[in-house]
Amino acid sequence: MKVLVTVKEVAEADDDFAIEGTDIAESDLEYDLNEWDDYAVEAAVQLAEAGIADEVVTVTVGPERAEETIRMALAKGADRAVRVWDDALDGGFADVASKVALFEAVVAEEEPDLVLGGVQAADTGFGATGVALAERIGFEHAAVVNHLDVDADAGVAHVHRELEGGVEELTDVDLPAVLTVQTGLNEPRYASLRGIRQAQRKEIAAKDLSDLGLTADDIESALTITEMYEPESESDAEMIEGDAGESAGRLAEVLREKGVGA
Amino acid sequence: MSDVLVAAEHRRGALRDVTYEAITAGRELADARGGDLHVAVVGGDVDGFAEDVNREGVDAVHAVEDGEEFDHNAYQAAVSTLADRLDVGAVVLPNSVNGLDYAPALGEALGVPIVTDAVGMAYDDGLTVTREMYGSKVETTVDVAGDRFVLTVRGGEWPPAEGVGDAAIEAADVDIPESGARVTGFEEVGGGDVDIADADVLVSVGRGIEEEENLELVEELADALGATLSASRPIVDNGWLPKNRQVGQSGKVVTPDVYIAVGISGAVQHVAGMKGSDTIIAINTDPNAPIFDIADYGIVGDLFDVVPELIDEFA
Repeated sequence: MKVLVTVKEVAEADDDFAIEGTDIAESDLEYDLNEWDDYAVEAAVQLAEAGIADEVVTVTVGPERAEETIRMALAKGADRAVRVWDDALDGGFADVASKVALFEAVVAEEEPDLVLGGVQAADTGFGATGVALAERIGFEHAAVVNHLDVDADAGVAHVHRELEGGVEELTDVDLPAVLTVQTGLNEPRYASLRGIRQAQRKEIAAKDLSDLGLTADDIESALTITEMYEPESESDAEMIEGDAGESAGRLAEVLREKGVGA
Repeated sequence: MSDVLVAAEHRRGALRDVTYEAITAGRELADARGGDLHVAVVGGDVDGFAEDVNREGVDAVHAVEDGEEFDHNAYQAAVSTLADRLDVGAVVLPNSVNGLDYAPALGEALGVPIVTDAVGMAYDDGLTVTREMYGSKVETTVDVAGDRFVLTVRGGEWPPAEGVGDAAIEAADVDIPESGARVTGFEEVGGGDVDIADADVLVSVGRGIEEEENLELVEELADALGATLSASRPIVDNGWLPKNRQVGQSGKVVTPDVYIAVGISGAVQHVAGMKGSDTIIAINTDPNAPIFDIADYGIVGDLFDVVPELIDEFA
């Protein structure tokens, strides 16, 4: 079977950052592979190692800069990558439906049996693309998967979904399916030097809207970010000052007052 | 068109609190749009649930019979059918694990935009949603084009709806397609040697501990204080501590007398599990870490400097 993994390069803000207009200043952002997607890549590579998946393809919506992150996924064992970008995507805030339109076109070309992606992206935190994609392409789905066992012969994925409050739901999902992967599903590997070398030779196919048979109308976003600001701190904490020894001393007083360690 | 539809959420025989919070958000939206508020209950004890969700401000309750537990296909079919039948323009759902298992598909099926994890909203000609980005470091306002949408609301941001409403309760017939995803059971995780929910004092460790070997340091602190050791999600994801030690939305909800957060930034999912603690103490290098927003005492500093000193104080 063929596994398609959606991989996002996410931006993380530095501890000190400035807001310019409706986004964080470019110089205050660091880019990295989305943490949740790292688990999705690992799950796909493990399926390949177990002989269940014949091919693992990653798909990313992102500018050329994202290729460094895509290479990381390739170095961890994905076979090849598709990177979708178009000037029409620059600047605006893509809504769920426009991302789904892009992935739908890639799914039509790749015809995967299983699509894996992270539960959410660390930067925008929507947590919606995978489930919406499943609806669009007519796949079954399960969100927030923290245990995965694929029975390819039966065409079923046995999953656990991590609910709130320490409860897991056990579900059988018919393939083809889209599964959104929760952190903790597995232990994502570090890329080996050999993997990193091999990744340099793996294909990253760049596609724009016309390559995918789409037009700007297909990705018109219904959402606009109108403001971005730092939330006002609601802290009324007593901040304990001083060097480590002084602050530990004051904290010890506080704890003893509360009857701790007495 | 101006009406609003909220779908209740229940699990293993009980409605979840987020249901009542979503009803409050739905009523707020219905008032702003000049419409009625409908609530759908799908599956489980629909008659009992229908009575329970009939809170002040609810205009109509629609009961859809289905199996006992959540099934995303049934929820999607029920809510989309009702949205069409009632000509509802706005659907409000809990931003829960199950909410996110069907809300995006619902938006897709209805052909309307979805905005998730709202912490606030305003409605004036159109919907403006307040939500966080970049791991809670910033808030944004997002304008939604058009007047039809699906919105999911974060738990704990709206007060629960109260009182008793005078809604008409009616059974709704919905064709529910056979599901390609079948729930076969549930598993409680987090059993084991210790129940952190019983502890009076918790020393809780997060990503700031950096390496598994460094856990000894916080174990030593917990011993010195006579406290129990707990953790935030990344520590458990890494397999450094078992799941029964995890505090947060997907772990345990704890309310100790004293909660000492060591190297924990305070992501919303973690805070949901410990904000009810009597006294919260936070040690973190980042002065902007959200954990300080709910702390009673804070130390901005390196845990590797502060914790050894604190152990010495109690040695």
